[in-house]
Amino acid sequence: MTTLPASTTRKLGLVIDLDTCVGCHACVISCKGWNTENYGAPLSDQNAYGADNAGTFLNRVHSYEVQPEGDAAAQLIHFPKSCLHCEDAPCVTVCPTGASYKRVEDGIVLVNESNCIGCGLCAWACPYGARELDAAEGVMKKCTLCVDRIYNENLPEEDREPACVRTCPSNARHFGDLGDETSDVSKLVAERGGMDLMPEQGTKPVNKYLPPRPKDTLPHEGHDLDVLAPFLKPVAEEPKGFLGWLDKTLEKL
Amino acid sequence: MHPAPSVIFFTTFSGLGFGLLVFLGLGYPGVTGWSAFAFLTIAYVMAVGGLMASTFHLGRPERALKAFTQWRSSWLSREAWCAVGALVLMGLYGAGLVFFGTRVTALGVLGAALSLATVFTTSMIYTQLKTIPRWNMALTPVKFLSLSLAGGGLLAGQLTIALVLLVIAGGVQLLTWKEGDKALAASGTNMATATGLGDRGTVRAFEPPHTGTNYLLREFVHVVGRRHSQKLRLIALVLMTVVPVLLLMLPFSHIIGILAIASHIAGVLTARWLFFAEAEHVVGLYYGKR
Repeated sequence: MTTLPASTTRKLGLVIDLDTCVGCHACVISCKGWNTENYGAPLSDQNAYGADNAGTFLNRVHSYEVQPEGDAAAQLIHFPKSCLHCEDAPCVTVCPTGASYKRVEDGIVLVNESNCIGCGLCAWACPYGARELDAAEGVMKKCTLCVDRIYNENLPEEDREPACVRTCPSNARHFGDLGDETSDVSKLVAERGGMDLMPEQGTKPVNKYLPPRPKDTLPHEGHDLDVLAPFLKPVAEEPKGFLGWLDKTLEKL
Repeated sequence: MHPAPSVIFFTTFSGLGFGLLVFLGLGYPGVTGWSAFAFLTIAYVMAVGGLMASTFHLGRPERALKAFTQWRSSWLSREAWCAVGALVLMGLYGAGLVFFGTRVTALGVLGAALSLATVFTTSMIYTQLKTIPRWNMALTPVKFLSLSLAGGGLLAGQLTIALVLLVIAGGVQLLTWKEGDKALAASGTNMATATGLGDRGTVRAFEPPHTGTNYLLREFVHVVGRRHSQKLRLIALVLMTVVPVLLLMLPFSHIIGILAIASHIAGVLTARWLFFAEAEHVVGLYYGKR
């Protein structure tokens, strides 16, 4: 059914920390790796080694430069983007075949690939560019929140989280139930002021983004810019004793 | 949006075909026998041809029948039902006209209503998308319906009505362009809200996520067409409305009628190409494009 559930038991999703993301793209690669070898059709590449290469990815990392007003320094922010598993997911209701659906038990938005006709309308309806039509398979691909990892009892417990979260070296991605106020991810969102992307689109995304912390500001005039400078002053300015005599003698020659 | 030829042909010709079916269903012209057969053939070739063209942009056309299942929520599914319903009813109605020389009024009116509903559902597929502010307005269905009826009237040879409808369709088209140009800015979606970083300064796309292209850029970010949009709008409007209206004012002959139809179709195809090529999908904002 392509109608949305009135409510979901849990709201599983990601919290992405824009403050700590270093833009290494490890999440992009681990996502592509896991989702090519597991659930659903593989994520194909076209002309991978040629000049005009392209491929399907479920997670991509943009980089933005933010220039504050005045003469403050610009900030570079790496910005991973994947499906936000929206509560009011417009991609679900437009689907003519019922292939696109939102799960009642955990809120994950999935595509039943054997029902997908590849019309692309769900990708048209998604404001975030989270869906990509696979050029080889002709069906719509999207983030599954690694549904085949998070419940997989064949994996060690620490691996039962999305591949992108598991791999992130800077701990910029967190996975959990955003419907539960006491969960770690919900606390993180409350503490750091987690935000929605494009709230005006009315999609009510489950995934939240933690804004970058403000950059250190330059000290006011009159203050020493370099806090380490006092500790780094040379201790012995003039040589003493034998070295002092030698220094003076050599100077006179 | 990428102006895919299959979708341009589909919306243009199915719009014209169903527009003609509306007129035939209502009994304008009140033809029977071979003459009715000729009119119905034109209408079916256009409507069915258009629907067939639309399957060419599917990734998995062999599963197209599954599109009938979600009529409760999906405009695309509702369109499929309306189209099949209209074609079946008008087929029965047409059989009456062609083989028995009788007009079953109720069947014709119902068929006409479903034909109009098909055009409406097609337009709603585009209108419902908040992600494309240029389409997301009440004028979009008005435009599709007025164009379909004008073209249908022209094909049905209902010259006086066609003349009025062509002028209305031209006016609606002009208004759509005028309002559409303001739509993206009015939607409130921009790079600031897309990234959520707008409150700390001016956001600029520094590096895209990939060096090559991808599905999103091919499908949603089409900037080439906008360069000549003003010229193309003029060409579309002249071919779609001005030329047919002038031709219809001349003493009627079949040559003039065919010229008017040809010009109208060329104009609608141009306008439909622009409809897609000019439309800005908000996902382009993530790439610093629109």
